[in-house]
Amino acid sequence: MTTTRTSTPHAARSTAPRGTGPHAPSHGPRPTGRGRVPTWVAVVLAAAALVVSVLVAVAVGPADLSPGDVARSVGHHVGGLLSGPTGPEPTLGALRDGIVWELRLPRVLTAAAVGAGLAIAGAVMQSLTRNPLADPYLLGLSSGASLGAVAVLVLGVAVLLPVAAFVGAVLALAAALALAGSLGTLTPARMVLAGLAVAQLCAAATSFVIFWSATGDSYREILAWLMGSLAGAGWDAVAIAGGGVLVLGTGLAASGRTLDAFAFGDTAASALGVHVARTRWTLLTVVALLTGALVAVSGSIGFVGLILPHAVRLLVGAGHRRLLPVVALVGATFLVWADTAARTAFEPRELPVGIVTAFLGAPVFALLLWQRRRRSGDLA
Amino acid sequence: MSLRLDRLAWGVDGRLIVDGVDCTPPTGALTGVLGPNGAGKSTLLRLVAGVLEPEHGRVILDADDLLALRRRDRARVVALVEQEASTHAPLTVHDAVALGRTPHGSRWGGPGPRDADVVDAALTEAGVAHFAERPLTTLSGGERQRVHLARALAQEPRLLLLDEPTNHLDVHAQLDTLAVLTDLTRRGVTVLAALHDLNLAAAACDHVVLLHGGRVVAAGDVAEVLRPEVVEPVYGVRCLVLEHPETGRPVLTFAPRS
Repeated sequence: MTTTRTSTPHAARSTAPRGTGPHAPSHGPRPTGRGRVPTWVAVVLAAAALVVSVLVAVAVGPADLSPGDVARSVGHHVGGLLSGPTGPEPTLGALRDGIVWELRLPRVLTAAAVGAGLAIAGAVMQSLTRNPLADPYLLGLSSGASLGAVAVLVLGVAVLLPVAAFVGAVLALAAALALAGSLGTLTPARMVLAGLAVAQLCAAATSFVIFWSATGDSYREILAWLMGSLAGAGWDAVAIAGGGVLVLGTGLAASGRTLDAFAFGDTAASALGVHVARTRWTLLTVVALLTGALVAVSGSIGFVGLILPHAVRLLVGAGHRRLLPVVALVGATFLVWADTAARTAFEPRELPVGIVTAFLGAPVFALLLWQRRRRSGDLA
Repeated sequence: MSLRLDRLAWGVDGRLIVDGVDCTPPTGALTGVLGPNGAGKSTLLRLVAGVLEPEHGRVILDADDLLALRRRDRARVVALVEQEASTHAPLTVHDAVALGRTPHGSRWGGPGPRDADVVDAALTEAGVAHFAERPLTTLSGGERQRVHLARALAQEPRLLLLDEPTNHLDVHAQLDTLAVLTDLTRRGVTVLAALHDLNLAAAACDHVVLLHGGRVVAAGDVAEVLRPEVVEPVYGVRCLVLEHPETGRPVLTFAPRS
């Protein structure tokens, strides 16, 4: 498709019947466009970067491992899963193998899944609401999840923290959608405002609970959770976040063509044959379930779902069939590195990963904006 | 071959914006939908496009009851160019026009080879092919309007609806746009365009429908409808109709009612 596209302007320039008068736009050198590579190349490159990042990130840290050691350990365990418990002995030694397989790999894979999910959910949310400031937490999801988590951490409600967070997120979403829906058609503006109302209420309730009953010990735990953390993520977290991304994220990525049709608003989408209301409800629900699953394992990690979609749009264009798979892979890679920095930068102390995502991401994004402005004198 | 709007009605808060519109614009022709501000022109086009659901009434094109069709099927027959459609997304002209292929082909799959050909043809026909790779944000208002027209053409509609397609365009661009529409009608496409400028309608349209307060006041040939007796009460102005020395079409001049 790219080849036909680039040949078009020349072919058409000689045959175009109109636009040749004084009103013809200037025929100056055609802006270089985005130098687009085919979608599959972008996806393969991004996937390769992710695989390498995972292997390297698992190796980083005390214990002196190499990416090769990591690959061998993973190969051993995966081979063991496939051929039964009679596989060859681990070559690494039980301790270091345990560090790879029980501690670091699940954490890195959780980071990858959460990053991929947040990035794709953010991209979809921005398109559905036509709001560049939208992120996956828009409809009160993170505030609801926080309230659920704080209820467990502070009040000692006897359920597992991820379950409480997920339930909190879904309840907040239900409240926001009920409020928006009761106002009439589900327009982007109503969604944003209703989400804001619910988020404020949940945030106030969370602050109230913390203020009233948190003790010294629980403060730090709460703060880590509110700013997002992947510390202690195990295979159960991989299953929740990874499963969510594989099932729900794939569903979102497959709806790229429909999302494209929203570019010029609801009326245009409807005139292009999209069932606007049904599509919006469906996709919102999927985004919410996915975000709920992610928040449940990692707390609310900012930045990934807000800025990464913009950054990737600047690189690969706004078409969702291309954007969504690439943004998922880039989001995964980004969060893998952000979490690696979070656990190693001030060893043995850990930073909440949300702090790192902002520290790393904001300058990168500023750089992208600046570069694009220099290239075409135009902002997204 | 026929198009019939059959007693279309739509309102908000109990007030009818479109109040039983009944008319039969000729097919394969350019019909101007005229009327003062608030006459219901935009709403009528949205009803015909199926974007708004009418309180009652039907739209019949040939044998099809358009509003009974599934949305996607209808979008292969009817295209709508809105008055002000903008986007935050950093799309190129080509991206925006390719959206017109949405109702065609697979919902999940990508565009096929025929889609690429249709998009190229639409870019050329609307006169935007030579800036197909430019970002939309760098275009002038007139150029952007053409891009929307190209997007509608990429839908390959039998019925094309346009809401003020010549708004904000200079004279040259206005005539260009109307010439594109006239070309389309020669290929059998039925075009309904809401127009503010009565003289533009008089110069270019085959047929006009004059709306006032959501109702059809007059419909028919340009010369039949654009007469002082019809226009004056609707717009509340004095109107003098001359004859164009070259085309013989009506030319209207206005003055405030004294």
